[in-house]
Amino acid sequence: MAEFSLPKNSKVQPGKTWPKPSGKNLKYFKIYRWNPDDGQNPHIDTYTLDMDKCGPMVLDALIKIKNEQDPTLTFRRSCREGICGSCAMNIDGTNTLACLKSCEDVKGDVKIYPLPHMPVIKDLVPDLTRFYAQHRAIEPWLKTVTPQPQAEWRQYPEDRKKLDGLYECILCACCSTSCPSYWWNGDRYLGPAALLQAYRWLIDSRDEGTGERLDNLEDPFRLYRCHTIMNCAKTCPKGLSPAKAIAEIKKMMVERRV
Amino acid sequence: MLRKTPLGQVLGLGSAKAGTEHWWHQRVTAIAGIPLVFFLIAYVLMHLGASRAEIVASMQNPIVAVLMGLTILNLVWHMRLGLQVVIEDYVHVDHTKYFLLLLNTFFAWVMALAGTYAILKMSFGL
Repeated sequence: MAEFSLPKNSKVQPGKTWPKPSGKNLKYFKIYRWNPDDGQNPHIDTYTLDMDKCGPMVLDALIKIKNEQDPTLTFRRSCREGICGSCAMNIDGTNTLACLKSCEDVKGDVKIYPLPHMPVIKDLVPDLTRFYAQHRAIEPWLKTVTPQPQAEWRQYPEDRKKLDGLYECILCACCSTSCPSYWWNGDRYLGPAALLQAYRWLIDSRDEGTGERLDNLEDPFRLYRCHTIMNCAKTCPKGLSPAKAIAEIKKMMVERRV
Repeated sequence: MLRKTPLGQVLGLGSAKAGTEHWWHQRVTAIAGIPLVFFLIAYVLMHLGASRAEIVASMQNPIVAVLMGLTILNLVWHMRLGLQVVIEDYVHVDHTKYFLLLLNTFFAWVMALAGTYAILKMSFGL
Protein backbone atom coordinates (compact mmCIF):
# COMPACT_ATOMS: atom_id res chain seq x y z
CA MET A 1 0.00 0.00 0.00
CA ALA A 2 0.96 3.60 -0.32
CA GLU A 3 2.69 4.73 2.86
CA PHE A 4 0.78 7.35 4.77
CA SER A 5 2.88 7.28 7.93
CA LEU A 6 6.62 7.28 8.42
CA PRO A 7 8.48 4.12 9.45
CA LYS A 8 9.56 4.05 13.12
CA ASN A 9 13.16 5.02 12.45
CA SER A 10 12.07 8.00 10.33
CA LYS A 11 9.70 9.61 12.84
CA VAL A 12 10.92 13.14 13.39
CA GLN A 13 11.84 14.06 16.98
CA PRO A 14 12.31 17.48 18.59
CA GLY A 15 16.00 18.42 18.49
CA LYS A 16 18.44 20.88 19.93
CA THR A 17 17.83 24.61 20.26
CA TRP A 18 21.05 26.42 19.45
CA PRO A 19 22.11 29.55 21.39
CA LYS A 20 20.51 32.81 20.30
CA PRO A 21 22.67 35.63 18.99
CA SER A 22 22.08 39.15 20.28
CA GLY A 23 20.13 41.52 18.05
CA LYS A 24 16.63 42.82 17.45
CA ASN A 25 15.59 41.35 14.12
CA LEU A 26 15.66 37.67 15.13
CA LYS A 27 14.30 34.88 12.96
CA TYR A 28 14.00 31.21 13.91
CA PHE A 29 15.00 28.41 11.56
CA LYS A 30 13.68 24.93 12.26
CA ILE A 31 15.80 22.55 10.25
CA TYR A 32 15.52 18.80 9.64
CA ARG A 33 18.66 16.99 10.79
CA TRP A 34 19.55 13.37 10.22
CA ASN A 35 22.95 11.77 10.49
CA PRO A 36 23.35 8.28 9.03
CA ASP A 37 26.22 7.54 11.42
CA ASP A 38 24.68 8.13 14.86
CA GLY A 39 21.75 5.69 14.73
CA GLN A 40 19.33 8.38 15.92
CA ASN A 41 15.96 9.32 14.45
CA PRO A 42 15.77 12.54 12.47
CA HIS A 43 15.16 15.62 14.58
CA ILE A 44 14.36 19.30 14.13
CA ASP A 45 17.04 21.70 15.35
CA THR A 46 16.19 25.33 16.02
CA TYR A 47 18.68 28.03 15.04
CA THR A 48 18.26 31.75 15.52
CA LEU A 49 19.73 34.43 13.30
CA ASP A 50 19.86 38.20 13.51
CA MET A 51 18.48 39.06 10.08
CA ASP A 52 20.15 42.49 10.19
CA LYS A 53 23.45 40.64 9.86
CA CYS A 54 22.34 38.01 7.35
CA GLY A 55 21.71 37.99 3.59
CA PRO A 56 18.07 37.98 2.46
CA MET A 57 17.71 34.45 1.09
CA VAL A 58 17.20 31.17 2.92
CA LEU A 59 20.47 29.94 1.42
CA ASP A 60 22.28 32.94 2.96
CA ALA A 61 20.82 31.93 6.32
CA LEU A 62 21.87 28.28 5.90
CA ILE A 63 25.41 29.30 4.96
CA LYS A 64 25.57 31.69 7.92
CA ILE A 65 24.39 28.95 10.29
CA LYS A 66 26.96 26.53 8.89
CA ASN A 67 29.77 29.11 9.08
CA GLU A 68 29.03 30.58 12.47
CA GLN A 69 26.96 28.14 14.52
CA ASP A 70 26.97 24.54 13.38
CA PRO A 71 29.49 23.33 10.79
CA THR A 72 27.85 19.87 10.75
CA LEU A 73 24.70 21.21 9.04
CA THR A 74 24.75 19.55 5.61
CA PHE A 75 23.15 20.81 2.40
CA ARG A 76 23.94 21.15 -1.29
CA ARG A 77 24.56 24.52 -2.87
CA SER A 78 26.56 25.95 -5.70
CA CYS A 79 25.56 28.92 -7.85
CA ARG A 80 23.38 30.82 -5.32
CA GLU A 81 21.39 32.35 -8.18
CA GLY A 82 18.82 29.77 -9.26
CA ILE A 83 20.62 28.20 -12.17
CA CYS A 84 22.30 25.08 -10.79
CA GLY A 85 19.37 23.54 -8.93
CA SER A 86 21.55 22.19 -6.12
CA CYS A 87 19.86 23.85 -3.15
CA ALA A 88 16.36 22.44 -3.82
CA MET A 89 14.64 21.71 -0.50
CA ASN A 90 11.28 21.99 1.20
CA ILE A 91 10.97 25.45 2.75
CA ASP A 92 7.82 26.60 4.53
CA GLY A 93 5.94 23.59 3.15
CA THR A 94 6.87 24.09 -0.50
CA ASN A 95 9.69 22.67 -2.57
CA THR A 96 11.86 25.47 -3.87
CA LEU A 97 15.42 26.67 -4.25
CA ALA A 98 16.88 28.05 -1.03
CA CYS A 99 18.77 30.66 -3.05
CA LEU A 100 15.59 32.05 -4.62
CA LYS A 101 13.43 31.95 -1.48
CA SER A 102 13.50 35.10 0.58
CA CYS A 103 13.39 34.69 4.37
CA GLU A 104 11.06 37.68 4.52
CA ASP A 105 8.46 35.81 2.47
CA VAL A 106 8.16 33.20 5.21
CA LYS A 107 5.71 34.17 7.94
CA GLY A 108 6.91 33.03 11.37
CA ASP A 109 9.60 30.39 11.73
CA VAL A 110 11.38 29.13 8.63
CA LYS A 111 10.87 25.37 8.47
CA ILE A 112 13.36 23.58 6.24
CA TYR A 113 13.16 19.91 5.25
CA PRO A 114 14.83 17.88 2.51
CA LEU A 115 12.85 17.24 -0.70
CA PRO A 116 9.92 14.98 0.26
CA HIS A 117 9.75 11.22 -0.18
CA MET A 118 13.33 10.73 -1.29
CA PRO A 119 15.94 8.71 0.59
CA VAL A 120 17.97 11.11 2.75
CA ILE A 121 21.76 10.91 2.63
CA LYS A 122 22.29 13.46 5.40
CA ASP A 123 20.31 16.45 6.74
CA LEU A 124 19.00 18.34 3.70
CA VAL A 125 20.74 16.19 1.10
CA PRO A 126 18.44 13.72 -0.69
CA ASP A 127 19.58 10.81 -2.85
CA LEU A 128 18.67 11.78 -6.42
CA THR A 129 20.19 8.74 -8.15
CA ARG A 130 16.86 7.45 -9.45
CA PHE A 131 15.75 10.93 -10.45
CA TYR A 132 18.83 11.29 -12.67
CA ALA A 133 18.35 7.78 -14.08
CA GLN A 134 14.80 8.79 -15.06
CA HIS A 135 16.20 11.75 -16.94
CA ARG A 136 18.68 9.44 -18.67
CA ALA A 137 15.85 7.04 -19.52
CA ILE A 138 14.07 9.58 -21.73
CA GLU A 139 17.27 9.88 -23.84
CA PRO A 140 17.74 13.64 -23.55
CA TRP A 141 19.73 14.22 -26.72
CA LEU A 142 19.05 14.95 -30.39
CA LYS A 143 18.21 11.81 -32.36
CA THR A 144 18.55 11.96 -36.11
CA VAL A 145 18.63 9.60 -39.07
CA THR A 146 19.29 12.21 -41.76
CA PRO A 147 23.07 12.52 -42.26
CA GLN A 148 24.54 15.28 -40.15
CA PRO A 149 24.73 18.60 -42.02
CA GLN A 150 28.07 20.32 -42.67
CA ALA A 151 27.17 23.16 -40.36
CA GLU A 152 24.61 23.14 -37.56
CA TRP A 153 21.08 21.66 -37.61
CA ARG A 154 18.92 24.57 -38.63
CA GLN A 155 15.73 25.63 -36.94
CA TYR A 156 13.16 28.31 -37.72
CA PRO A 157 12.74 30.95 -35.00
CA GLU A 158 9.12 29.89 -34.45
CA ASP A 159 10.24 26.27 -33.94
CA ARG A 160 12.88 27.45 -31.50
CA LYS A 161 10.15 29.31 -29.61
CA LYS A 162 8.45 26.00 -28.88
CA LEU A 163 11.36 25.11 -26.60
CA ASP A 164 10.73 28.15 -24.41
CA GLY A 165 9.26 27.13 -21.08
CA LEU A 166 11.02 23.77 -21.43
CA TYR A 167 14.73 24.39 -21.93
CA GLU A 168 14.91 26.46 -18.74
CA CYS A 169 14.45 23.37 -16.55
CA ILE A 170 17.46 22.96 -14.27
CA LEU A 171 16.56 19.47 -12.97
CA CYS A 172 16.33 20.62 -9.36
CA ALA A 173 13.73 17.87 -8.66
CA CYS A 174 11.30 20.24 -6.90
CA CYS A 175 8.45 19.18 -9.19
CA SER A 176 8.92 15.42 -9.14
CA THR A 177 9.29 15.32 -5.37
CA SER A 178 6.14 17.42 -4.91
CA CYS A 179 4.03 14.99 -6.94
CA PRO A 180 1.92 12.48 -4.93
CA SER A 181 1.86 10.15 -7.92
CA TYR A 182 5.67 10.21 -7.90
CA TRP A 183 5.68 9.54 -4.15
CA TRP A 184 3.52 6.45 -4.49
CA ASN A 185 4.83 5.15 -7.82
CA GLY A 186 8.22 6.79 -8.35
CA ASP A 187 9.70 3.41 -9.23
CA ARG A 188 7.60 3.19 -12.39
CA TYR A 189 6.29 6.70 -13.05
CA LEU A 190 8.94 8.89 -14.68
CA GLY A 191 7.79 12.01 -12.85
CA PRO A 192 7.14 15.57 -14.06
CA ALA A 193 10.78 16.61 -14.49
CA ALA A 194 11.72 13.70 -16.78
CA LEU A 195 8.46 14.06 -18.71
CA LEU A 196 8.99 17.79 -19.25
CA GLN A 197 12.44 16.92 -20.60
CA ALA A 198 10.89 14.22 -22.79
CA TYR A 199 8.51 16.79 -24.26
CA ARG A 200 11.40 19.19 -24.82
CA TRP A 201 12.83 16.60 -27.29
CA LEU A 202 9.46 15.54 -28.69
CA ILE A 203 8.69 19.12 -29.74
CA ASP A 204 12.18 19.87 -31.12
CA SER A 205 11.81 20.40 -34.88
CA ARG A 206 15.31 18.94 -35.47
CA ASP A 207 14.63 15.64 -33.69
CA GLU A 208 13.71 12.58 -35.75
CA GLY A 209 13.10 10.17 -32.88
CA THR A 210 9.56 11.34 -32.09
CA GLY A 211 7.79 8.04 -32.78
CA GLU A 212 10.36 6.02 -30.88
CA ARG A 213 10.21 8.46 -27.97
CA LEU A 214 6.40 8.22 -27.83
CA ASP A 215 6.64 4.41 -27.99
CA ASN A 216 8.92 4.44 -24.97
CA LEU A 217 6.63 6.74 -23.00
CA GLU A 218 3.35 5.01 -23.83
CA ASP A 219 2.87 3.13 -20.61
CA PRO A 220 0.23 3.13 -17.87
CA PHE A 221 2.92 3.97 -15.31
CA ARG A 222 5.72 5.86 -17.08
CA LEU A 223 3.38 8.55 -18.44
CA TYR A 224 -0.18 7.90 -17.38
CA ARG A 225 0.40 8.00 -13.62
CA CYS A 226 0.15 11.75 -14.10
CA HIS A 227 -3.32 12.63 -12.84
CA THR A 228 -2.96 16.37 -13.45
CA ILE A 229 -2.59 17.14 -9.75
CA MET A 230 -0.59 20.26 -10.76
CA ASN A 231 1.72 20.37 -7.72
CA CYS A 232 4.60 20.35 -10.21
CA ALA A 233 3.52 23.57 -11.91
CA LYS A 234 2.74 25.20 -8.57
CA THR A 235 6.10 24.45 -7.00
CA CYS A 236 8.51 24.96 -9.95
CA PRO A 237 11.00 27.65 -8.83
CA LYS A 238 11.61 28.52 -12.49
CA GLY A 239 7.90 29.07 -13.17
CA LEU A 240 7.63 26.24 -15.71
CA SER A 241 4.66 23.93 -16.16
CA PRO A 242 5.57 20.24 -16.35
CA ALA A 243 1.82 19.51 -16.11
CA LYS A 244 1.24 21.30 -19.42
CA ALA A 245 4.15 19.47 -21.06
CA ILE A 246 2.70 16.13 -19.91
CA ALA A 247 -0.73 17.09 -21.23
CA GLU A 248 0.89 17.87 -24.59
CA ILE A 249 2.52 14.42 -24.62
CA LYS A 250 -0.87 12.82 -23.94
CA LYS A 251 -2.33 14.84 -26.81
CA MET A 252 0.42 13.54 -29.12
CA MET A 253 -0.40 9.99 -28.01
CA VAL A 254 -4.05 10.47 -29.00
CA GLU A 255 -3.14 12.35 -32.17
CA ARG A 256 -1.20 9.42 -33.58
CA ARG A 257 -4.19 7.13 -33.09
CA VAL A 258 -7.15 9.08 -34.39
CA MET B 1 18.60 -11.07 -5.69
CA LEU B 2 18.59 -9.26 -9.00
CA ARG B 3 20.21 -5.89 -8.35
CA LYS B 4 19.96 -3.67 -11.41
CA THR B 5 21.71 -0.38 -12.08
CA PRO B 6 19.61 2.75 -11.42
CA LEU B 7 18.90 3.08 -15.16
CA GLY B 8 18.05 -0.63 -15.35
CA GLN B 9 15.59 -0.17 -12.50
CA VAL B 10 13.92 2.81 -14.18
CA LEU B 11 13.68 1.01 -17.55
CA GLY B 12 12.24 -2.02 -15.73
CA LEU B 13 10.32 -4.36 -18.00
CA GLY B 14 10.13 -1.75 -20.74
CA SER B 15 7.22 0.26 -22.00
CA ALA B 16 3.84 -1.51 -22.04
CA LYS B 17 3.01 0.41 -25.27
CA ALA B 18 -0.46 0.84 -23.81
CA GLY B 19 -2.39 3.22 -21.63
CA THR B 20 -3.55 5.75 -24.19
CA GLU B 21 -6.76 3.85 -24.86
CA HIS B 22 -7.48 3.62 -21.14
CA TRP B 23 -6.85 7.34 -20.68
CA TRP B 24 -8.87 8.27 -23.75
CA HIS B 25 -11.82 6.06 -22.79
CA GLN B 26 -11.86 7.65 -19.36
CA ARG B 27 -12.23 11.08 -21.01
CA VAL B 28 -14.83 9.90 -23.50
CA THR B 29 -16.97 8.28 -20.81
CA ALA B 30 -16.57 11.40 -18.65
CA ILE B 31 -17.89 13.62 -21.46
CA ALA B 32 -20.70 11.18 -22.29
CA GLY B 33 -21.53 11.07 -18.59
CA ILE B 34 -22.39 14.78 -18.40
CA PRO B 35 -25.66 14.67 -20.43
CA LEU B 36 -26.47 11.15 -19.24
CA VAL B 37 -26.24 12.08 -15.56
CA PHE B 38 -28.43 15.13 -16.21
CA PHE B 39 -30.92 12.75 -17.77
CA LEU B 40 -30.69 10.42 -14.77
CA ILE B 41 -31.25 13.26 -12.27
CA ALA B 42 -34.19 14.57 -14.29
CA TYR B 43 -35.66 11.07 -14.51
CA VAL B 44 -35.34 10.50 -10.76
CA LEU B 45 -36.86 13.91 -9.93
CA MET B 46 -39.77 13.28 -12.29
CA HIS B 47 -40.46 9.89 -10.76
CA LEU B 48 -40.12 10.67 -7.06
CA GLY B 49 -42.67 8.54 -5.20
CA ALA B 50 -43.76 6.71 -8.37
CA SER B 51 -45.07 3.17 -8.02
CA ARG B 52 -43.34 0.18 -9.64
CA ALA B 53 -46.04 0.04 -12.31
CA GLU B 54 -45.36 3.68 -13.27
CA ILE B 55 -41.61 3.05 -13.51
CA VAL B 56 -42.20 -0.04 -15.64
CA ALA B 57 -44.52 1.98 -17.86
CA SER B 58 -41.91 4.76 -18.24
CA MET B 59 -39.32 2.22 -19.35
CA GLN B 60 -41.56 1.15 -22.19
CA ASN B 61 -40.74 4.43 -23.86
CA PRO B 62 -37.82 3.36 -26.08
CA ILE B 63 -35.98 6.69 -25.66
CA VAL B 64 -36.09 6.42 -21.87
CA ALA B 65 -35.01 2.77 -21.95
CA VAL B 66 -32.11 3.40 -24.33
CA LEU B 67 -30.92 6.48 -22.41
CA MET B 68 -31.15 4.57 -19.13
CA GLY B 69 -29.19 1.66 -20.62
CA LEU B 70 -26.52 4.04 -21.93
CA THR B 71 -26.32 5.79 -18.55
CA ILE B 72 -25.72 2.54 -16.69
CA LEU B 73 -23.18 1.15 -19.16
CA ASN B 74 -21.33 4.48 -19.37
CA LEU B 75 -21.18 4.93 -15.61
CA VAL B 76 -20.08 1.34 -15.01
CA TRP B 77 -17.38 1.59 -17.64
CA HIS B 78 -16.14 4.91 -16.28
CA MET B 79 -16.17 3.53 -12.74
CA ARG B 80 -14.17 0.46 -13.72
CA LEU B 81 -11.50 2.56 -15.44
CA GLY B 82 -11.29 5.00 -12.56
CA LEU B 83 -11.16 2.40 -9.82
CA GLN B 84 -8.48 0.52 -11.73
CA VAL B 85 -6.29 3.63 -11.61
CA VAL B 86 -6.95 4.07 -7.88
CA ILE B 87 -5.98 0.44 -7.19
CA GLU B 88 -2.82 0.73 -9.30
CA ASP B 89 -1.91 3.99 -7.56
CA TYR B 90 -2.24 2.81 -3.99
CA VAL B 91 -2.02 -0.98 -3.81
CA HIS B 92 1.49 -2.28 -4.32
CA VAL B 93 1.27 -5.77 -2.86
CA ASP B 94 0.99 -8.04 -5.90
CA HIS B 95 -1.63 -10.56 -4.73
CA THR B 96 -3.88 -7.89 -3.21
CA LYS B 97 -3.52 -5.75 -6.34
CA TYR B 98 -4.49 -8.56 -8.73
CA PHE B 99 -7.34 -9.64 -6.46
CA LEU B 100 -8.77 -6.11 -6.33
CA LEU B 101 -8.32 -5.61 -10.08
CA LEU B 102 -10.24 -8.83 -10.73
CA LEU B 103 -12.92 -7.86 -8.24
CA ASN B 104 -13.24 -4.47 -9.93
CA THR B 105 -13.71 -6.08 -13.35
CA PHE B 106 -16.18 -8.68 -12.08
CA PHE B 107 -18.19 -6.09 -10.16
CA ALA B 108 -18.38 -3.85 -13.24
CA TRP B 109 -19.60 -6.71 -15.45
CA VAL B 110 -22.22 -7.81 -12.92
CA MET B 111 -23.48 -4.23 -12.54
CA ALA B 112 -23.56 -3.69 -16.30
CA LEU B 113 -25.43 -6.91 -17.04
CA ALA B 114 -27.81 -6.67 -14.08
CA GLY B 115 -28.66 -3.06 -14.98
CA THR B 116 -29.21 -3.85 -18.65
CA TYR B 117 -31.30 -6.91 -17.78
CA ALA B 118 -33.50 -4.90 -15.40
CA ILE B 119 -34.10 -2.20 -18.01
CA LEU B 120 -34.88 -4.74 -20.75
CA LYS B 121 -37.25 -6.60 -18.44
CA MET B 122 -39.19 -3.45 -17.60
CA SER B 123 -39.00 -2.23 -21.16
CA PHE B 124 -40.75 -5.39 -22.34
CA GLY B 125 -43.39 -4.86 -19.63
CA LEU B 126 -42.36 -7.87 -17.54
